[in-house]
Amino acid sequence: MGWLNAVVQGILLGGLYALFATGLSLMFGVMRIVNLAHGDLAVVASFLALALVGGTGLPLWVVLVVTVPLFALLGYLTQRVLLQRSLAAGPLATLLVTFGLSIVLQNVLLEIFSADTRTLDGGAFATGSFELSGAISVGYLSLTTFVLAGAVLIGIQLFLSRTGLGRMLRASSDDAETARLMGADSRHVYGIATAIAFATVALAGLMFAIRSSFDPSIGPSRLIFAFEAVVIGGLGSLWGTLLGGMVLGITQSLSAQADPALTLLAGHLVFLAVLAFRPQGLLAGRTA
Amino acid sequence: MTLSDFVTARAAGGPHVSRAARASRLSGLVMAAGAALLAALPFLVFSTVTDTLVNLFVLVALASMWNLLAGFGGLVSVGQQAYVGIGAYTVIALADLGVQPYLAVPLAALTCAVFAVPTSWLAFRLRGDYFAVGTWVIAEVYRLLVVRVDSLGGGSGKGLTGLSGLDQTLRGALTYWIALALALATIAGCYLLLRGRLGLSLMAVRDEETAAGSAGIDVGRAKRLVYLVSAAGCGAAGGVITVSSLSVNPDAIFSVQWSAYMIFIVVIGGIGFIEGPLIGALVFFTMQQFLADYGSWYLVVLGAVGIAVALWLPGGLWGLVRSRTGLSLFPVGYHVRRPDVRE
Repeated sequence: MGWLNAVVQGILLGGLYALFATGLSLMFGVMRIVNLAHGDLAVVASFLALALVGGTGLPLWVVLVVTVPLFALLGYLTQRVLLQRSLAAGPLATLLVTFGLSIVLQNVLLEIFSADTRTLDGGAFATGSFELSGAISVGYLSLTTFVLAGAVLIGIQLFLSRTGLGRMLRASSDDAETARLMGADSRHVYGIATAIAFATVALAGLMFAIRSSFDPSIGPSRLIFAFEAVVIGGLGSLWGTLLGGMVLGITQSLSAQADPALTLLAGHLVFLAVLAFRPQGLLAGRTA
Repeated sequence: MTLSDFVTARAAGGPHVSRAARASRLSGLVMAAGAALLAALPFLVFSTVTDTLVNLFVLVALASMWNLLAGFGGLVSVGQQAYVGIGAYTVIALADLGVQPYLAVPLAALTCAVFAVPTSWLAFRLRGDYFAVGTWVIAEVYRLLVVRVDSLGGGSGKGLTGLSGLDQTLRGALTYWIALALALATIAGCYLLLRGRLGLSLMAVRDEETAAGSAGIDVGRAKRLVYLVSAAGCGAAGGVITVSSLSVNPDAIFSVQWSAYMIFIVVIGGIGFIEGPLIGALVFFTMQQFLADYGSWYLVVLGAVGIAVALWLPGGLWGLVRSRTGLSLFPVGYHVRRPDVRE
């Protein structure tokens, strides 16, 4: 594998990070909530898919079609039942509630599924690849994930800019009180935002699960990837998140090429460098 | 009556301002007696009891430090495990160089304060929730750097040298005393710090940062000081954990679980009260002992209780006690009374 191939793989990996980070970015942009359970939710989606495939024998794509809307519904309910209350109780409360959720989810998964490492078998599709040129081969799964990430981001962008609900969402993000005066029901709007966030988390969680192994305790390290992608790209900018994901992906991929032990450290160091020298992120934020 | 007579009379009859209510003077005596009793415990009970209490003291110390940081400084960190880890590894490294491990514990605190200076430059660029996750990433970076140092045992951790010459009973007692000293020092440290000028500045900053700044408070300096003190306290706690467990594992010592413990102990006990971490640690510790046979369910309960308290009881258990009784064991505010109204 050459360096060029590492860059290509990094870009594709970055697509997955961006898909995963979108939910975090959206929830922060709209509600100013940093969802510390973000990574664990992706792992819950992975385990749910594993249990569905194992329990019912349904093909993977059906499981995917079931899981994603289910998570959207779950997101809407979580917002209305838990997060809305925490928003009223102050900024510390949202952090505590999502962190508490993270601890609960992690340990419930640990009790149900044990600490064993699992994988979701994606069949020939997950392992197959095609040669782009002599040195570069592109996996079907990576490419699909990347295309999916792009489609989701474009979809969310269109939703935010073209639809009435999207307009209300942006208005609530800019100034919740004035939006409420104009008739936007902020609780419903926030619920929709969380639903979208949860749906993308579930999708990303399934892609992670097909791509690499997972266990109940991996959520927090996944959350850190998403967080880094968001901060590198610029807070509250969807396209920034895509860029941030790619920067992170390329960094990890290149450093893995040099020394596999450096993969995580290099990603963190790029994040800290952005923090030190360009704290507003690469694409400085308009709000999503 | 001339005007000056009037003013003098008003001043003489003005409100009486004092730190402590009578109840907190009494409770101060009770607490001193309690501390003396705890210090005498190794002579009174079996070592299994004192060994268990070491864990409680470490939790009290960690929670107090997080409370100082978040409850008074408004700096909600999820990355204090960085200093637990650095403190632990400092003790290991110093012991390798021939320093007596018990003496290395205060040095671990110092090392952490030194590490906290450059860390704060980076972390303080983030605000609010992003500060929380940013500190977490920094803790991860410290872990990843430590596991690359082969002389510290790399990814598999390392044992503590330098305590093998001690008699086991004496070692247990010394560890107990240093853990007790740590817990008392963190509580006393918070109390003294918050009684002074810094305490007043901090509470002003926490409540309204911009207004505090415009009233002449050096906001950055106050926050940085709290961050350094908290890092030092967590470092000493990491050192005590090491002399108690006699070895260190990078994944365990840099685990975000420490933050989970600190945060939920403080939230359940009552954030922003010095008494909070004490109460919270006792509750958590009791829960841990009772649910010990049920795997990690105590963490599920901890998270769920933490969520519930954050939503419905923002002052925690101590906040509840205080609003009912007005009791304050560590008064950092002032009581203002009119002289003609009897207590």
